[in-house]
Amino acid sequence: MSERLSEILTPYRGQRGALIPVLQKVQEELGYLPEEAITEIAIFLGLGKSEVYGVASFYAQFRFERQGEHVVKVCQGTACYVQGAQRILETVEEELHLAPGQTTTDDYKFSVEKVACFGCCALAPVMVVDNAVNAKMTIENTKKILAKYR
Amino acid sequence: MKFDEIRNQAIAEREAWQHSEKPRILVGTATCGRAAGATVVLEAIDRELSRLGIEAIVTQVGCIGLCYAEPIVDIIKPNRPRVSYGNVTPEIISQLIEDYLVNDNPRPDLALGTIGEEGVNGIPKLFELPMLKPQVRISSHNCGHIDPTDIKQYIANDGYSGFIKALAMTPAKVIEEVKKSGLRGRGGAGFPTGQKWEFCQRSPGEDKYLICNADEGDPGAFMNRSQLESDPHAVLEGMLIGAYAIGTTRGYIYCRAEYPLAIERLKLALEQMREYGLLGDNILDSGFSFDIEIKEGAGAFVCGEETALMASIEGKRGMPRSRPPFPATSGLWGKPTNINNVGTLADVAAILQKGGEWYSSFGSETSKGTKIFSLAGKVVRTGLIEVAMGIPLGNIINDIGGGIIGGKRFKAVLTGGPSGGCLPADMINLPVDYENLANAGSIMGSGGMLIADEDTCMVDMARFFLSFVQNESCGKCVPCRIGTRQMLNIMERITQGEGQHGDIERLEQLAPLIKSTSLCALGQTAPNPVLTTIRYFRDEYVAHIDEKRCPALVCKKLIAYYILPDKCEGCMICKRNCPSQAIAGDRRMVHVIDQEKCTQCGTCFEMCPERFGAVVKVSGQKIAVPSEPIPVTKSQGR
Repeated sequence: MSERLSEILTPYRGQRGALIPVLQKVQEELGYLPEEAITEIAIFLGLGKSEVYGVASFYAQFRFERQGEHVVKVCQGTACYVQGAQRILETVEEELHLAPGQTTTDDYKFSVEKVACFGCCALAPVMVVDNAVNAKMTIENTKKILAKYR
Repeated sequence: MKFDEIRNQAIAEREAWQHSEKPRILVGTATCGRAAGATVVLEAIDRELSRLGIEAIVTQVGCIGLCYAEPIVDIIKPNRPRVSYGNVTPEIISQLIEDYLVNDNPRPDLALGTIGEEGVNGIPKLFELPMLKPQVRISSHNCGHIDPTDIKQYIANDGYSGFIKALAMTPAKVIEEVKKSGLRGRGGAGFPTGQKWEFCQRSPGEDKYLICNADEGDPGAFMNRSQLESDPHAVLEGMLIGAYAIGTTRGYIYCRAEYPLAIERLKLALEQMREYGLLGDNILDSGFSFDIEIKEGAGAFVCGEETALMASIEGKRGMPRSRPPFPATSGLWGKPTNINNVGTLADVAAILQKGGEWYSSFGSETSKGTKIFSLAGKVVRTGLIEVAMGIPLGNIINDIGGGIIGGKRFKAVLTGGPSGGCLPADMINLPVDYENLANAGSIMGSGGMLIADEDTCMVDMARFFLSFVQNESCGKCVPCRIGTRQMLNIMERITQGEGQHGDIERLEQLAPLIKSTSLCALGQTAPNPVLTTIRYFRDEYVAHIDEKRCPALVCKKLIAYYILPDKCEGCMICKRNCPSQAIAGDRRMVHVIDQEKCTQCGTCFEMCPERFGAVVKVSGQKIAVPSEPIPVTKSQGR
């Protein structure tokens, strides 16, 4: 862990305001921000661990738990909401057998995220799996799309 | 290379491209296009061309704004007009290539319209159609027409000529030109851009910053994404002009991480600017130096607020601070800073290219120029539109948007997103500009327009916006942190059928307090959706509270589903799909919903075959149905 982290961190040495890009880079590499990473980042940037965690937990983008292999992001923006995004989210949770509050399946195959808006409002409701944007979702094609990734 | 040489070369390349002997195919591959399937269409084009042995120039362009018709493909045969096709699938494009490129049949049945002077029999002119005719395309004039990954295509269309003009002027003259245009901030607040620049320019200090705010947080607005994906150089040219006018050498673009394609296009655009000497030290040998860095947001709505945005760039929690000092005197790292929205900067490029006076010839008395709005929700033609300020709301919804889907009744338009408000159907003649929207209780905001029909519950809509803002409240100031929470509690109980007498008055009391005492615009505008829905749709609140009824049949706790015994054919589709196992029934038996078990998810309503239409949704009424399944007595003969 340490070696991999220092490889990520080195280019940011001495950069003011680098904390958020550092967190983004670390999460990109590791998939989430484990506690050890938070500690190492704090030492590297000369910040308190609480300060690093404080910043990371402020932003919706950062995760502190291991993610599933596929990330399903269901848009909960306004346009998607009026076109039934809530039902799409419920379908995803039902299909993946997620308990209330649970966001990653037990087998670490899927993680589910609620996202504010992808800016594809004209094609609402929208569901993004990994980086593929799926438009005009219905209950039926939600099931079909999820099945492709199983 | 001198800019003139670059420009001549770019124009020569465009001419060669336009007069090519080969057919040209343009595919819109912005995020909307991709979501609708442009990528597979692109693959199909390649396959079909090589199968037929046709040599063609395939170009990926941005978004022309007709999102409802995505994916859009344009075909230009040599010496023939450009024909635009909408809702293209791999099957359609394969057919089209064969029909048009091989057999010279332009397939008017599949075409949206033609672009350019010349026409084709049987195909209308695209820009004469109702969705485009009322539009005035200034900052979006390149979108959907040029390849956003090629700086030369931008340059060939007069790109960067505004910056070249600015370089020949004094900074004060540039600011004067922007003032003359009457341009006001397109991010929502509508502060005059020229004046904002002047404040920062006059601020003492060597190091100053220019920030482009691309943290388009309003869930329902996507014009900035599209602009950056379709024509990033317009925004970057605006930044160069602003930097020169203000006297800064350092710029940032703060872009949401949810827009990966926009970030990719920006990165590439910056590289190309550097390559052509338009960025870095001593730009075009003018002695003016400027560099731009991209900062990715990390998912916080409040970072659209300028002081929060700067805190985020500094690597801190994105929390706003009180003003003054204003960013123009003490902003990023304590230095004078100027922040403009993506749309403002794109307009600046056009203003310097064509003149402030020209720009101010569009728009209304107090709101000059044009504005891009995103049209979403229950409207037939969703998309991005650029219109002159002051256009009546009705023209946008009915002419450009084509009215409401399924012939339903238009109920309201929500402008300005979670900070905005709902305007009712009888305000259809309201001219859309900063002042008129504010007087009606809403705001221009970033330009999101969400159309609601009779199936949208205004109380639930207001609750939705409030829950969004509550969730995004940074927690720094008490009125916003606790006030929005209190309002949300009340809204939640109203929509859950537990509204109490006096709740409307409590909301009306809390809202102005939060508006007047919150630290930043997030809290100051958070009550707007609730206030405007109370103002225009009070009867819906009363129905929820006093009658425990949701007139639009949306609020789950207030609705019920029933299966009509005289319509049910006992096909079992609803039973099989019910996620709560709340439906009893068997083949050829009338199905019955157990109201205790039912979670009002609506799956049965959606799944029941249209020809039966046996499932009904009601609020505030009970329907007499059998208590358990009974045989379907007669064949309903359908």
